[in-house]
Amino acid sequence: MTTFLLILKKEFRQIFRDPAILRLIFLMPVMQLILLPFAADYEVKNIKVGIIDLDHSDYARQLISKLEHSSYFRLAAYSSDHHEGLEWLESEKADLFIEIPPRFEASLIRENKASLQLFVNAVNGTKGNLGSAYTMGIIQQFNQEIRKDWFEFPKFNPEPFITVIGTSLYNPYMDYQRFMVPGILAVLLTMTGGFLSALNIVKEKELGTIEQLNVTPISKIQFILGKLVPFWLLGFVILTLGLLVSYVVHGIQPGTNIGNIYIFAALYLLAIVGFGLLLSNFTSTQQQAMMVAFFFMLIFILLSGLYTTIESMPPWARKIAYLNPLTYLVDAMRMVLLKGATLRDLWPHIRVISAIGFVLNFLAIYTYRKRS
Amino acid sequence: MISVSDISKSFGKKGEIKALSHINMEVREGELFGLLGPDGAGKTTLFRIVTTLMLPDSGLVTVGGYNAVKDFKILRSKLGYMPGRFSLYQDLTVAENLTFYASIFNTTIEANYHLIRDIYVQLEPFKARRAGALSGGMKQKLALCCALIHKPEVLVLDEPTTGVDAVSRKEFWQMLRRLKDEGITILVSTPYMDEASMCDRLALIQQGLILDQGTPDGLVSGFPDRLLSLATPDIYRAKAIVEKIDGVDDAYIFGESLHIKTAALNEKAIAAALAAHGVAAGEVRSILPSIEDVFLAKMHDVS
Repeated sequence: MTTFLLILKKEFRQIFRDPAILRLIFLMPVMQLILLPFAADYEVKNIKVGIIDLDHSDYARQLISKLEHSSYFRLAAYSSDHHEGLEWLESEKADLFIEIPPRFEASLIRENKASLQLFVNAVNGTKGNLGSAYTMGIIQQFNQEIRKDWFEFPKFNPEPFITVIGTSLYNPYMDYQRFMVPGILAVLLTMTGGFLSALNIVKEKELGTIEQLNVTPISKIQFILGKLVPFWLLGFVILTLGLLVSYVVHGIQPGTNIGNIYIFAALYLLAIVGFGLLLSNFTSTQQQAMMVAFFFMLIFILLSGLYTTIESMPPWARKIAYLNPLTYLVDAMRMVLLKGATLRDLWPHIRVISAIGFVLNFLAIYTYRKRS
Repeated sequence: MISVSDISKSFGKKGEIKALSHINMEVREGELFGLLGPDGAGKTTLFRIVTTLMLPDSGLVTVGGYNAVKDFKILRSKLGYMPGRFSLYQDLTVAENLTFYASIFNTTIEANYHLIRDIYVQLEPFKARRAGALSGGMKQKLALCCALIHKPEVLVLDEPTTGVDAVSRKEFWQMLRRLKDEGITILVSTPYMDEASMCDRLALIQQGLILDQGTPDGLVSGFPDRLLSLATPDIYRAKAIVEKIDGVDDAYIFGESLHIKTAALNEKAIAAALAAHGVAAGEVRSILPSIEDVFLAKMHDVS
């Protein structure tokens, strides 16, 4: 036990002496948590919309002004020349354009129907999708308004309306920050817990210091634990810092179930630290470890449900996502921070993360033994 | 104290790289034993096996009666090992490194201060400096201190003088002699032939084979033939001519002179042969072989 404490003392001394690591641990998470949630936002705003108006009627103007006043759109171009529209898309002057055909108003009044044409630049899929959806919504609304204008007099509406009034639970304003902050915090925890510990072990190999340590009575278990425990503890420091930032900057109140985050994070860090150890067993320089860590980090992030929902992934990706420990942390963080989940709610996640942690640590210790 | 018997070790997937083959070596208690050989001879591999860091493919190593494979836990507290590469924490200070290594062996700097005093007084002015910022010679001294701080029975030093200036090298060997007087058995490797005379006994190693072992004098007197030396400005031509003379076993350039190993011929015969080819050779002298001559002769025999 004393030997173990000596090793811990040495590790902490080294960590706190390295300005790069300190910045990595304290400054980086805070900066990222402050800035990234504002940037990593799915909400597509400022869509540049172009109008080809071949009608110049009253209704056409009404529709244009409706589009103009929506916060999603910015009127970027206006023309009466049919050919210009495609040029706008080509030169990215506009993200989409609507063509109002000649006799739009006339056919609307006389024939009771009229058509509009919508062209969307779909290079950026999300932007294209959302842009056309928003446009559709606005046109629909416009449609209903003019119908009301006309059918005001009949007592009974021949075509009944179904109005849907939606209420967003847990995140009432559908605020993407609230959605992203817990996820980003989960990623930061993974970086320090898993990857810094791996780099630290590999550093001893690379510099040869492990050679000197191996001829001392320090056992392998003591050495490994001496490496993992500091990063396990630092994980809690980062978590606490991160929760503070999300409260102060993003106004996310952790609520009374905040302890559940710590309980879950303790298990998660155990699993991810095992992953770090596994990583260090198969690399011998910090550079190698960095590259491998980067590779896994990308997979972890993209297949964790942090940005895109797992349910919409293809089946093979879904399988990977369900094996990805980050998936469970991201979800658990959101559950606790946004829904105030109890331990009972988290129970399925706890079971899975414990199993993943057990397997990772088992593999890590097994390969560590085999290789030395 | 250290007994190496029939140790073999190969590397590579199929064991195609033979690092050590059937090594036998005996280091007696309280002795300063040198392992002499060029780079890649297998010195570090042998040391790693002796210090329990590596498992041999076959053979048996015992240190102080303990098996290096089975009793590695006991041995690790009896051994002091200084790897060839500086292996202390560069981001910790001199004092922190030393305290750390003392405390993991459950001892203190004060308890064994007498062992390191001579070395540590030179380090003391840099106590608060990080190990990474020390000069090469100072790093070596710190590494030696850390290897000694738990009063090991056996000290194993892998090329401690490589890359160290001539004065510091001499000083280092003097320190080793003093440690030997304290009763510590020392096994040290070096690629420098001129350091052989500092050892009580030594083994010559080349390509994983022990060529010979014994005291420095014993090895030299075991040189079977006569050794002649000559100096000439036209040394490469002289070598080509001498090699063709009947009765010359070997001729090689040694510094600025040509060394000729021969059993049958004397100085005059060589001088006459060179004169016949018009090479102006200076005086051909009979000399006492050095360890390097012994080494080269043995290498010649093996190959």
